[in-house]
Amino acid sequence: MPQLSIWLMALAAASFTAKVTAADAELMRVTAAMKNSFEAKRQATLDRLDQDETQALCTSYTDSPLPPAIAQRIAAANRATIRPPAAGQYLGDWKRGEQIAETGTGLQFSDDPSKPAGGNCYACHELSGVEMAFGTIGPSLRHYGKLRGATTVVLEMAWGKLYNSNAQTPCSNMPRFGHRGILTEQQLKDVMAYLFDSASPVNQ
Amino acid sequence: MSMIRCTTLVSLAVLIVSSPATLRAETSTVDAIAEYHAMFGDENPAELWQLRGKNLWEQPRGPKNVALSKCDLGLGAGVIDGAYAQLPRWFDDTQRVQDLESRLVFCMVTLQGFAEERLLKTRFGDGPKKSELEALTAYLVAASRGHKVAVSLTHPAEQAAYDLGRGAFFYRAGPHDFACATCHGEAGKRIRLQVLPKLTEVEGARSAYTSWPAYRVSQGELRTMEWRLADCFRQQRLPQLKYGSEIAIGLTMFLAKNANGGVMTAPAIKR
Repeated sequence: MPQLSIWLMALAAASFTAKVTAADAELMRVTAAMKNSFEAKRQATLDRLDQDETQALCTSYTDSPLPPAIAQRIAAANRATIRPPAAGQYLGDWKRGEQIAETGTGLQFSDDPSKPAGGNCYACHELSGVEMAFGTIGPSLRHYGKLRGATTVVLEMAWGKLYNSNAQTPCSNMPRFGHRGILTEQQLKDVMAYLFDSASPVNQ
Repeated sequence: MSMIRCTTLVSLAVLIVSSPATLRAETSTVDAIAEYHAMFGDENPAELWQLRGKNLWEQPRGPKNVALSKCDLGLGAGVIDGAYAQLPRWFDDTQRVQDLESRLVFCMVTLQGFAEERLLKTRFGDGPKKSELEALTAYLVAASRGHKVAVSLTHPAEQAAYDLGRGAFFYRAGPHDFACATCHGEAGKRIRLQVLPKLTEVEGARSAYTSWPAYRVSQGELRTMEWRLADCFRQQRLPQLKYGSEIAIGLTMFLAKNANGGVMTAPAIKR
């Protein structure tokens, strides 16, 4: 019996390795085809097809639930990228934050690279009670600051979510705005103010 | 043309201005979009592309001055009824899996003697710069109206194209980490007011696939599946998808297979 158990364990380990290898081979094949199928256009260069470890792991586990060890690995790697704002000042100007939340352009080859990118928050989230053209891929952020308060812990959590969503939710649909350099530190602070300022339409 | 577009835009403006209250609730928002689509019902400018495409298909053209009647879209030379509903498919003569657009390029180059670069230069029309490929596609797709989508994966290369398309659908990349699945992996979601079909399931895949190509009101152009895919990748912040590339054809195969059995209604009209 003990011998059988050991043999079964070895078999399980072998089949697990084989499965991962097949998935890796499939991802390599797709990556190669992607590189053959695109051409650089303005700021959208071919290196954008290269996946970092997080992107590759999230692609590999699209079909199956993320194993806890992999989820922890992704969360830890992304947590390590988060940089708090200078002097612990989390909040900027909510009016500029609103513009960033409304703006969907930035980093597409059709966009003017000299203009700052938007955060496009409204593509996926409800925020103010006025803007009705909001998407539903992400949760509603209506009354965000009003519901949570603005304690240091809450501010740190929200900053971390904006800076690198994968630190809290591995393989999140939400872009890693700070880590990937989509928004600047000042822009992130402005979006934070849009979420937390009591005068912001989000909290009205 | 401009009259149609003008009327459409005014109707849309009236719809938005006159019903802010109904736009409040999510369900009403979806209703408003349906209402907006219903307004276009009988007047689809896609018919202008279809007419132009019919002439391009039937008339002797190109350096060799021949018509496309010898072009085999998979059901035999010159057979167009229902051909689009079975594409992409494997072709023995090219030893490739091809979608309609890449097959058309092949026919126009080999039968009519056109230069491929010339055809690809105007693959997407832009106002006065008309696209022959978009017009031909509109005509040939219309010849599949009422036919059920019926792509096959029996040839190993067809299965490989499907697998590749599936892989591309879930491939996360670029500064925003977007994959096709980011927006099209869940049913009932929206970007802004745009309802997003879940393309991995029958219902969503059918509603999307059977209504492309479409006349895009916002662009005043008829757009094909090749354009649809390339523009999704632009919004994903990825580079330019090459026309007729293995990813373009693979993704089309993936979507078509998921939509198998759905009845073709394209060319449709979309926002």
